[in-house]
Amino acid sequence: MPSITAGTFGFPQRISFWPIDFSIFVYPLNSIPNARCYGWRCICQSLLQQATVLLTLLLAFSVLSGQTYASDAENHNELIIELAPLLSDKKSRSEALDRLIASSAPRTLSWLNALLAGELYVRKSDSLPVVGVRSGKRYALTEAASGTEAGDASKSELKKVKINNAIRGQLRSAIAALALRDPDPKVRLVAVERMLQTLDKSEVTAIQELFPEETDTDVKALMLLATQLSDLDSGDAQLTIETINAIGVNTRDQVTQRLKKLADSESTEVAVAAALQLEVIEKRKTLFSRIETVFFGLSLGSVLAMAAIGLAITFGVMGVINMAHGEMIMLGAYTTWAIQVLLPGLTEYSILLALPAAFIVAFTAGVIIEYLVIRHLYGRPLETLLATFGISLVLQQTVRTFISPQNVPVSNPSWLTGLWQLDPALSLAVNRVVIFVFCLLIFITLMWLLKYTFFGLKLRAVSQNREMARALGARSNSIDAITFGLGAGIAGVAGVALSQLSNVGPNMGQAYIVDSFMVVVFGGVGNLWGTLLAGLSLGVINKLIEPWAGAVLAKIFVLVFIILFIQKYPRGLFPQRGRAAGD
Amino acid sequence: MSKRFAVVSAVIGLGLAANISFAEDPIKVGVLHSLSGTMAISETTLKDTMLMLVEQQNAKGGLLGRQLEAVVVDPASDWPLFAEKARELIEVNKVDAVFGAWTSVSRKSVLPVFEELNSLLFYPVQYEGEESSKNVFYTGAAPNQQAIPAVDYLKDDIGVERWVLAGTDYVYPRTTNKILEAYLKDNGVAAEDIMINYTPFGHADWQSIVSEIKKFGSDGKKTAVVSTINGDANVPFYKELGNQGVSAEDIPVVAFSVGEEELSGIDTAPLVGHMAAWNYFMSVESAENDEFIGNWHKFLGDEDRVTNDPMEAHYIGFNMWVQAVEKAGTTDPDAVQEAIIGVSVPNLTGGLSSMLPNHHITKPVLIGEIQDDGQFDVVSETSGLVAGDAWSDFLPDSKDIIADWRKPLSCGNYNVKTGKCSGQNL
Repeated sequence: MPSITAGTFGFPQRISFWPIDFSIFVYPLNSIPNARCYGWRCICQSLLQQATVLLTLLLAFSVLSGQTYASDAENHNELIIELAPLLSDKKSRSEALDRLIASSAPRTLSWLNALLAGELYVRKSDSLPVVGVRSGKRYALTEAASGTEAGDASKSELKKVKINNAIRGQLRSAIAALALRDPDPKVRLVAVERMLQTLDKSEVTAIQELFPEETDTDVKALMLLATQLSDLDSGDAQLTIETINAIGVNTRDQVTQRLKKLADSESTEVAVAAALQLEVIEKRKTLFSRIETVFFGLSLGSVLAMAAIGLAITFGVMGVINMAHGEMIMLGAYTTWAIQVLLPGLTEYSILLALPAAFIVAFTAGVIIEYLVIRHLYGRPLETLLATFGISLVLQQTVRTFISPQNVPVSNPSWLTGLWQLDPALSLAVNRVVIFVFCLLIFITLMWLLKYTFFGLKLRAVSQNREMARALGARSNSIDAITFGLGAGIAGVAGVALSQLSNVGPNMGQAYIVDSFMVVVFGGVGNLWGTLLAGLSLGVINKLIEPWAGAVLAKIFVLVFIILFIQKYPRGLFPQRGRAAGD
Repeated sequence: MSKRFAVVSAVIGLGLAANISFAEDPIKVGVLHSLSGTMAISETTLKDTMLMLVEQQNAKGGLLGRQLEAVVVDPASDWPLFAEKARELIEVNKVDAVFGAWTSVSRKSVLPVFEELNSLLFYPVQYEGEESSKNVFYTGAAPNQQAIPAVDYLKDDIGVERWVLAGTDYVYPRTTNKILEAYLKDNGVAAEDIMINYTPFGHADWQSIVSEIKKFGSDGKKTAVVSTINGDANVPFYKELGNQGVSAEDIPVVAFSVGEEELSGIDTAPLVGHMAAWNYFMSVESAENDEFIGNWHKFLGDEDRVTNDPMEAHYIGFNMWVQAVEKAGTTDPDAVQEAIIGVSVPNLTGGLSSMLPNHHITKPVLIGEIQDDGQFDVVSETSGLVAGDAWSDFLPDSKDIIADWRKPLSCGNYNVKTGKCSGQNL
């Protein structure tokens, strides 16, 4: 989700035409106009009030008009000092915020953004409102009103100005209004987008006012839409019909909502035009929603395939039933976490660093497990199953004891968040697309490794006929160890990717083990292509069933489907043929 | 070698026995929380809480002039094992009261054991209601102490008109959602404005469901999600909401199973602004809470550890039990059961909670918004305490049923219409 951060607006902006901030004088504290007064007393009172205000104004003008920007900030500073505690208090929050917004002081925008981002604090020692940006254990401070640096502080020296959803909504609207003149077209786009959600009179006027000056085509198109939407609300039948046609097929919710209302309107002409347009829009939306479902399916499939590829090697190629496969995924995910903890400044690149690190960690773990346990159990599948199950429990409890029974937080780098907006009604999550591509990359690399390298050749030879391969000089022991390590290493790499989607905790491996076996068996044991296709198709099948059967039943249906499929084709989608199948 | 060992250990054993016989035997308190398996994530903290409470009570001079001793067992997130371990605590370790269980299924599993052996269980977690046992004290929230006030807040303060009731597929979400659905319909919400969705335990792929919620909410009416999603499934759910660009201002989620402890294990960025309803938040400002948090940090030697609602429930439950034992002058279960009804102890939000005749307690209900530091900012608070209702007034099957364990009624399932005491908890 694109969010506006303080950095975007981190420069002073002058919005008001007045050189000084009046609001503090116009509404002195405790002088809320008295609504309940009668007769001459009332007149006197209000006259007196007005006179006071005028006098203060004149005074203020004479004192301040000649002064510089610094004193301007000072006044503003006083306003924030006065209002910051009110913002922390639930009852006075909204009113205080209104006053802050109305003050239209030069740096309003920058600290409104800080407030929205949760970075506005009050320093306890001198009640100075500051913007604090966390760096390591301390916070780097800048004065909220003037923007000058104010050293740093620890968390306990600061009191956060808390906000809630109501305030956030108010803030976003206020920021949108101020950001409409921002030089950055992206910021303007977000501002108009925000206004479309509410679109009251003042917002329409503001947009229309700026429309002729707008140079960016995207922003301009959105501004035009805002005008058109307000035309749809106008109630003028002729204008409404013209606008309906002018908007054309637009899948935005705001358009659909208005058309739905218009389809029930009294004027038949309007109702017919709206209903016709609505039908076309709904058709397109249905199409998009189908595309979306397939994408969801492919994305789930890529997760399944990725979790299973490592197993396809250990189980599929080597024939080892490795119940600790899920824990190899867990090791990879914990490596990601460890790297983020060790290198706190590098969140953006931590994933890229974690990929090789996770491979090495899981590879090593795999080789050790193979050397200590599995080596002694070849040809005894039941014992291997039990032994690896034991290993998985040991690994889980080790993490629980030495790290924490709690999940650990793995943050997402910003380049992996956000949406890839193809249409208002169709957007793909960036991280899902990346993970899908990543899954294909792992797959291609592995294929290359197995088919076109000398190691791959030896691996295939050993897995097909151990004795013959040994007779020809392949050292089956070390090849077994490396192959098992490779399977584990790839599971570790999968863990890095999965840490971006799901929990990282001691139990996470359990969530993937059953699905992984399902994919490998469905795809055909010993066939990598089968694993990929099985993963993707199971994902799509699951997502196609889910909308009408619910998530619980969808899972059951998929399992039933696999059982039936295996009954008919016991060797999966791509059975091994020839000698390889003979064992 | 082995002979010598036996002699030595016999001597040591004798010495120990002699030592103990000088003082009176300690009063034993059972702690029945999973320390391994899936539920360890939540329950380990409660074990530590109990150890802390026992230690504090001992520092104050114990109970009835005797020391307290906590007996910790690990039911390993395995429901049948809960029953076995409960039996072990009562029969082998001879504990006088047990504090434990988290999931409803584990409570249901131990319930017959406690009723058969007539011992006491203090259950600290919010649950679906529709139960009141002579031997169980429910110090967590009943649905009317969490779900209903949360829905009221969304309806009245935020103006929500469309409702998504999303939950994990098991007894607590199903019953709670049934109650909420009936309650919403009573309040004039049309059936097409309620969407109910269940997902398996640990559901990780939320793409379709979030997309559906998004469509459901694009109608122009204010939409909110009431989430009874349990445990590990929450993180991917919130992440997916963030992924698909659904913010807390568009479609707020109010959760009944997400607390400080759960938030401490995740990146809170996508959750900011979403809500939770509990009877206690760590951020509540009161003298009792400050003291409790201070003690907790000192006990664990870790300033970063959070406190949460079920911990407060154990705090209240333990203090109630202590008072009841003092009042009764004995740890005998029957005497304590009688004495504990009406006992009032301070809760951590600055008020007093009392044990009701239906074995539930009075609590305030707080709604908090998640902040980026993993804490909650309280946005709404019930004006007074809410009395826990064992049998929901909004379900046709249970609206005529009450529970009252005072004599002469002494019944957990009394139908006021037919005047009969019947059903499960006779």
